[in-house]
Amino acid sequence: MATEETKMNSGWADQDQVPGIKSELMELNMGPQHPATHGVLRLLLETDGEIVYKVTPVLGYLHRCAEKIAEGINYKQWVIYTDRFDYLAPMCCNHAYVTAVEKLMDVEVPERAEHLRVVAAELSRIASHLIALATFGLDMGAWTPLLYCFREREVILDLLERIAGGRMLYNYMVPGGVRYDVPDERWVSDVLEFITMLETKKIKDYNQLLSYNKIFIGRLGNVAVISKQDAFDYGCTGPVLRGSGVKFDCRKDDPYSVYHKFDFDVPVGMGEMGTVGDCWDRYMVRVREIEEACKIVRQALDSLPGGSCQAIELKKPVKVPAGAAYSRTESAKGEMGHYIISDGGQTPFRNKVRSPSFCNLQVIEKVGVGQMVSDLVAFVGSLDIVLGEIDR
Amino acid sequence: MEILTDLIRSWFGPDKMSDQAVFITVASTMATIMFIVMALCALIFTWAERKVAGFIQSRYGPMRTGRWHGWAQAVADMLKILGKEDIIPAEANRFFFSFAPILVLLGSLLAWAAIPWSPGFVSADLDLGLFYIFAVSSLVIVGLLMAGWSSNNKWALYGAARGAAQMISYEIPLALACIPVVMYTGSLNTTDIVIAQQGGMLNWFVFRNPFLFVAFIMYFIASIAETNRGPFDMPETESELVAGYHTEYTGMRFAFFFLSEYANLFLVSLIAAMVFLGGWWAPIPGLDFAPALTFIIKGVLMVLLNMWVRWTLPRVRVDQLMHLCWKVMIPISLICVVGAGIWMMLSGQAGA
Repeated sequence: MATEETKMNSGWADQDQVPGIKSELMELNMGPQHPATHGVLRLLLETDGEIVYKVTPVLGYLHRCAEKIAEGINYKQWVIYTDRFDYLAPMCCNHAYVTAVEKLMDVEVPERAEHLRVVAAELSRIASHLIALATFGLDMGAWTPLLYCFREREVILDLLERIAGGRMLYNYMVPGGVRYDVPDERWVSDVLEFITMLETKKIKDYNQLLSYNKIFIGRLGNVAVISKQDAFDYGCTGPVLRGSGVKFDCRKDDPYSVYHKFDFDVPVGMGEMGTVGDCWDRYMVRVREIEEACKIVRQALDSLPGGSCQAIELKKPVKVPAGAAYSRTESAKGEMGHYIISDGGQTPFRNKVRSPSFCNLQVIEKVGVGQMVSDLVAFVGSLDIVLGEIDR
Repeated sequence: MEILTDLIRSWFGPDKMSDQAVFITVASTMATIMFIVMALCALIFTWAERKVAGFIQSRYGPMRTGRWHGWAQAVADMLKILGKEDIIPAEANRFFFSFAPILVLLGSLLAWAAIPWSPGFVSADLDLGLFYIFAVSSLVIVGLLMAGWSSNNKWALYGAARGAAQMISYEIPLALACIPVVMYTGSLNTTDIVIAQQGGMLNWFVFRNPFLFVAFIMYFIASIAETNRGPFDMPETESELVAGYHTEYTGMRFAFFFLSEYANLFLVSLIAAMVFLGGWWAPIPGLDFAPALTFIIKGVLMVLLNMWVRWTLPRVRVDQLMHLCWKVMIPISLICVVGAGIWMMLSGQAGA
C-alpha cells in the first residue's frame, strides 16, 4: 500500500522500471460515446495498463440552458424543464421546483395534493432506483437483471401515465397542487397491488440474482470506497452519502411536503461486504430504499384525504411576490435544491438548481485515482448519475 | 475418411488418380464440409443464443423473420453484415488488420479436423489429435493480438492484451483437465479416447472417478474463458472496453470474428462431449444407432449450458480472472492429474 501511495504522490514518471526506455501514461477518452458512462459523460483517464492515475470528468455535452430559459418563461411553464433534469425520476424534480415556488408564494397546498405528490415522487424514485440496479448490473456484465428491472419499471410508467398522462415526462405538479386527481379508485388499488408484489417478490429476485451473487460481491466489496469525510467534502448527497454510512435524508431531517406524517427508515451503508462506503454499500442502499419508498406509498395512499388537489386556478400564470427562497428536497439521486429569486413579475429573476448528480460526480476525481479501469466502471455505475441533471 | 477415399477412387476409376491427388481431393472435400458445418453452427447458435437469452430474461427474442420464432433472423443478419461497408481505419496497419480475422477463423477452423463425429468419420485421424486441437486453437490468440494492435485503437489494444493474457493462461487448466483422460486412454488419438468410453454412461470419463469429475468441471470453466464468453468475456467486455479487440471491425471482417466465436464455442463443447461425455456413445448401451447425432446432441447441450451461465452471471474483473486461473484452477487440475493417477494404480485400471 505504501508503494502505491508514493507512486501517486511522487508522480508516475519517476517510477520508470526499465532504464533507458522512456514511458508515459496513456491518455484514454472514456466517452462521451461509451456504453458505461450513462449518457454523454466523458471521462479523461490517464492510465498505466489497467490502473487509472487520473480521472477528469468533462461535462457539458447535454447542456440546454434550462436555468437561463427559466428567466424568460413563467413559473408554471418551467415545470416541464424540471422533468428533463433527472429524466429517470421526473416527479422528484417537479416536486423540488414547486416546493421552492410555493415557499416564495406562501400558498397553502391542499393535503390531497401533497399526498398525491408524495405517491408520485416515491413511485418515480422506485423507477429511478430500478434503473440504477439494472444499469449497474449491466455495467458488471449481468444482462438479465436489466430486463427484469425494466419489466417492473414499465408497470410504474403505466401507473404514472394513468394519473399524469405522460410516460416519462409528466409535467404533473404545478405550484399550488397537482394537475390531475386520481383517475379512478382502481388506480389506488393497482398501485398498492404493484407495491406489494415488488416488496414480497421482486426485490427477493434481485437480491438472489444480483445483490448476493458471489462474483458481484467480489467485484464491488472494498471497491471505490468513499470515506465519510470525502462524502462531506465533495457535497455528496442521497444514496452516495448514505452509502458512506451517513444517516442523512431530507425527507427525514428537513421534512418538506407531508413526509413528516409517514413512518420509514433511512437505510445506510454498513460495510457488510467490505468497507463502509464501497460500491456494494451504495448499491444496497438503493435496494433498501425501494422497500422504504414502497412503505411510504402505501401509507400515503391509505391515508389519502379528500378534497381538492389544486389551490390556485390552473389556467392562469402565477404571480410570485418579490423575494428569494431556497428549498431542498430528496430526489432519487440526492438533495435537489432550487434557489429562486423573484422580482415580483411572472418570471423569476434567477433560478439556480443544485443538482445532486453534479456534486456526486465530482468525488470521482479523488476516489477514482488508483482504481482499475473495470473498477472505475463499477464506480461510475454506483454513483448513479444522470447527465440531464448534471448539465441541465 | 476411408469411406470417402474409396468413394472417390470408385468414381474416377481405381488407377486414374495418384494417391496424392486422391488425398488432396478428400482433404479439400472434408475441409469444405467442415467449413459449411461451422458456418451453419454459427448461424444456428446466434439464433439459439438470442432465444435462450430471451427465455432467461422473460421475453421472446426474435419472433418475426421467417415467421416461426424468427428462425431466419440469423440469416438476415448475416446478409446484412455481408452488405456492410468494409472500413479500415486510416491509421491502422492494413496488412495485419486484414489478416487478423482470417487467422482467428483459421485457428478455430483447423481444430475441427480432429473431431471424431462417428466411428471412422474424422477428417484427420491424428495420433496426437487432442494435442493438435489445443495447439491450433492457440492461433486464435495471435489473431486476437494482431487485431487489437493493428486497429490503432486504445480500447482494442486493451481488449487484445486482456484476451491474450486470459487465453494463454486458461489453456493450461484446459489441457491439464484433459490429461487424466489421456492417462486412462493411453493415447492422444481422439477416436481412441471415444472408443475407450464404450459401454454406457458409467464408462464415460466424467463418471469414472471423482477426480475426473472435478477435472470435467475445471474443463468447463476453462472452456468458457477460452471462448471469451461471460462471465469471462474480458477481451470484449462491452461495458468497459466498448467492444474490445474488434471495436474497429465492420462487415465481413467482423463476421469472421463472430463466426469464430461461435465455432469455438461449439468446438470446446464438442471436445467436452468427446473427452468426458462419451463422444458418440449413447448413455445406455445398445442405443447407438445414430452416433453422429448423439455426439452433436451432447455438444449442443454443453453449448446451452454455456449460454445459461453467460446470461445469468455478472462478469469477473480481469485480475480476479487471472487469480482464479493461476491460484485456484491450475492447482486443482494438477491435483486431479495426480489423484486420477493414484486412483488408476489402486483400482488396477492403469494402462490401455
